[in-house]
Amino acid sequence: MRAFFELLPPLAWFFLLYLAALAVLFVSAFWSVDPFTTEVVHTWNTENFREIVTSPDWRRVVYRTVGIAAAVTITDAILAFPIAYYMARLASPRMRTLLFVLVLLPLWSSYLVRVYAWKVILAQNGILNWSLEKIGLPAANIGYTNTAMWLVFSYIWLPFMILPVYASLERIPDSYIEASHDLGGRGFRTLRSVILPLALPGIVAGSIFTFSLTLGDYITPTLVGGASSSFIGNIVYNTGLGAAGNLPFAAAFASIPLLVMAIYLLLARRLGAFEAL
Amino acid sequence: MIESRATRIGLKVWTLLVVLFLHLPIVIIILYAFNAQTAQGWPITEWTTKWFSPTLHDEEMRQALWLSLKAAVGATVIALVLGSLAAFAIHRFKFFGRDMISFVFILPIALPGIITGMALNSFFVFWHVNFGIWTIIVGHATFCVVIIFNNVIARLRRTPTSLVEASMDLGADGWQTFRYVTLPTISTALVSGALLAFALSFDEVIVTTFTAGVQNTLPIWIFGNIRIGQQLPEVNVVVFLILIGTILPVTIAQRLTSESGILRTRR
Amino acid sequence: MKRFHIAALAVLAVGLAVPAAGTGKSTGLPTAIGPGEGKLTMIAWEGYLDAKWVKSFQKQTGCKVQAKYAGSSDEMVTLMRSGGGGQYDMVSASGDASLRLIYGKDVAAVNVGLVPGWKQFFNAFKSPPNNTVKGQHYGISLQWGPNTLLYNTQKVKPAPTSWGAIYDSKYKGRVTVPNNPIQIADVALYLSKTKPSLGIKDPYELNQTQFNAAIDLIKKQKPLIKKYWGLSSDEVSLFKNGDTWLGASWPVTTGTLRAAKVPVKEIIPKEGATGWLDTWMLSAKAKHPNCAYKWYSYISSPKVQASQAVTYGETPVNKLACAQMNKLSKGSCAQYHANAPEAYYRSIKFWKTPVADCGNGKNNCLDYTKWVSAWNQATA
Repeated sequence: MRAFFELLPPLAWFFLLYLAALAVLFVSAFWSVDPFTTEVVHTWNTENFREIVTSPDWRRVVYRTVGIAAAVTITDAILAFPIAYYMARLASPRMRTLLFVLVLLPLWSSYLVRVYAWKVILAQNGILNWSLEKIGLPAANIGYTNTAMWLVFSYIWLPFMILPVYASLERIPDSYIEASHDLGGRGFRTLRSVILPLALPGIVAGSIFTFSLTLGDYITPTLVGGASSSFIGNIVYNTGLGAAGNLPFAAAFASIPLLVMAIYLLLARRLGAFEAL
Repeated sequence: MIESRATRIGLKVWTLLVVLFLHLPIVIIILYAFNAQTAQGWPITEWTTKWFSPTLHDEEMRQALWLSLKAAVGATVIALVLGSLAAFAIHRFKFFGRDMISFVFILPIALPGIITGMALNSFFVFWHVNFGIWTIIVGHATFCVVIIFNNVIARLRRTPTSLVEASMDLGADGWQTFRYVTLPTISTALVSGALLAFALSFDEVIVTTFTAGVQNTLPIWIFGNIRIGQQLPEVNVVVFLILIGTILPVTIAQRLTSESGILRTRR
Repeated sequence: MKRFHIAALAVLAVGLAVPAAGTGKSTGLPTAIGPGEGKLTMIAWEGYLDAKWVKSFQKQTGCKVQAKYAGSSDEMVTLMRSGGGGQYDMVSASGDASLRLIYGKDVAAVNVGLVPGWKQFFNAFKSPPNNTVKGQHYGISLQWGPNTLLYNTQKVKPAPTSWGAIYDSKYKGRVTVPNNPIQIADVALYLSKTKPSLGIKDPYELNQTQFNAAIDLIKKQKPLIKKYWGLSSDEVSLFKNGDTWLGASWPVTTGTLRAAKVPVKEIIPKEGATGWLDTWMLSAKAKHPNCAYKWYSYISSPKVQASQAVTYGETPVNKLACAQMNKLSKGSCAQYHANAPEAYYRSIKFWKTPVADCGNGKNNCLDYTKWVSAWNQATA
């Protein structure tokens, strides 16, 4: 217990540094740039936020980012649950090891390269259309669209959902399920009333990854997105850096994911499932 | 058997499909390591193994790979310590600011990587810190901690406190209880968290660009090669070789932690 | 990044100043190239530090080159300023970034007298406005290229002669243009010929009315765009995989596609074209200035200029490079317009950073920050 408290200070220190760095950055959201020198001018105003809220283009970017992040999270939760259940409760130890390795292996093959592989698959003359053509179906033009982004994001973050769900399903004692069966709950009822609630912390933990990783990403939209696929990260990157860096505006825009995650975590807590948050 | 036969078959099929889905792009990557052309078009018309030798001898690539490995180890270790500490603290003690701390952990992942990158960059500049492997590690640790934290918390939530109490009742002190009761129950969470954290750090490119200075990590090297497009197959070769190289460690790691589960009655 | 910190950081930054090569004075240009420092750190476009010419430079001068590649001008500016500046000695900046670096005091003035190749440059590139301010040279011109119209000869019929082709709904979903706010100038150039009533004289100096007209056209064009390309390799994929059939491009992209047997052709349409001109700039806090000057001499010489032009796919600024180019690849000199008359270069509207000061007495032109914001909103 004593050792415990001795180790807490470095933890606090570490995140205080990070917070301090962030704070300075976000404070600048209330400043602006001088149009001639592009120096940051320290006059307090909320002009940046007003611009974001009133511009239909900026709003569209935010809705798109949040919408796709939500879609990806739901997709991954649905995809992950059965396989996590199988891995945790039905697979033999050998099979479980094999599946574990198979699920983790893609994570070692570079995010950039995997997204690039999807480009090849989804391109006009790519593998998908080539296969569809072979079996006589029309070409699916999903290359460089929001659908493509949803697909690729769901693919990329799937292991991040499978593992936490697996971890939580693994700990459910068999006795609970047997008891539920004894009490008359068959299959679906047991799933709904016993298994899902107990697996919820894992699902929520996984959803936090998939949602937040999608929310903050800008590389996948750049690689597989089309003409109307800018994410919040893209706007922050394009407006904040370089030759005409409008850092205050970028910082203001970046406060949106912050706000969204705060709401998300609040909701997660309200659901009562993730008590720690 | 608890689950019905139909359910079990359904689950097996679903698992197979998901695994295929996960590995389709991997197969593509491996195929393109043998593509004679530099641009990635389909179908592949010419096959070759000519890219393997130059890749292995590429000094830039080797340095980048080594740097990435070192940084990932450093970041994962820090994340393991800080993440599990935080998880225990949050789980056991009710104190003011509990929710705030959890929120703060999420930030490095929730915010666009460039924000963390820019913030850390200006911070290091201000305090005159030299950009190098340690700035990279710090940058990576910020988002690795939350992975360990989330995994351990989710596990702790499901662990009955009766185990710890029973251990104490049987005469074990704090450290023994931790070693023989607590640690085994969270070990899978720690290992899967560590593997995820390592992979995330190994693969990170955005924050690293801002915290690395002149050095290249492997993802930055890959990004550069993808850009110019003239050495694209080399990138595929590197990924292919890394995949082969990681099968063994990941298998061993998983084997080490597969326990029968204290509360499971059958296996 | 140092900008938005308080004055304390500025004080610290001053304390980090590095003495210039050859002199101990704070303002004077060096008068001679001293001995090499053994190292040279550079930010460059991918392909600009190819082993073909870097290896021999390292052998000749003993300056080991450490490269950091960047994919956009914005990235280059950010990198130059990272770590308080001084982390990198040189940067191969394009015209849309160079003025910002100059006004931001990130780069130092250079003595062109120390670079023999400079005298052999075409006049248009000796002191172009994007790297020469008030007679002071802030770098040495490197290579340049036009922004061309690229099209798939099998899919786009009849062959286009005007930029209007990329605004034509006939090719909906098959067009691509660069994802770069400076594209607004290309649109303005097109409008200057098709809507003369707007009175656009310089596509980089636009007042609010002219600017709005350009943004409107960009918004009208958006449904036609499959993807805004960021890197040359992006565009190569788009054309190669059949996703796009025409768009704005660079000669290097055309070269790569033709080598991959994709049936494309590039033209400079009748309305004219914008162009990019790259400059090697020297950091104001460079740690290895002597090696930097050695690099200047090396990269400006005709043989190396030719080698880079042919390898990368761009046009050298050194007049004498033409003959060398033909030695490396027959006909390449004409292909890249490396022997065109001066009038040709002056007809290209080279990139320069838009500023509020239009030079007409009024300050009502829009500056680049507004270009960035408007572009990102229009293409979001």
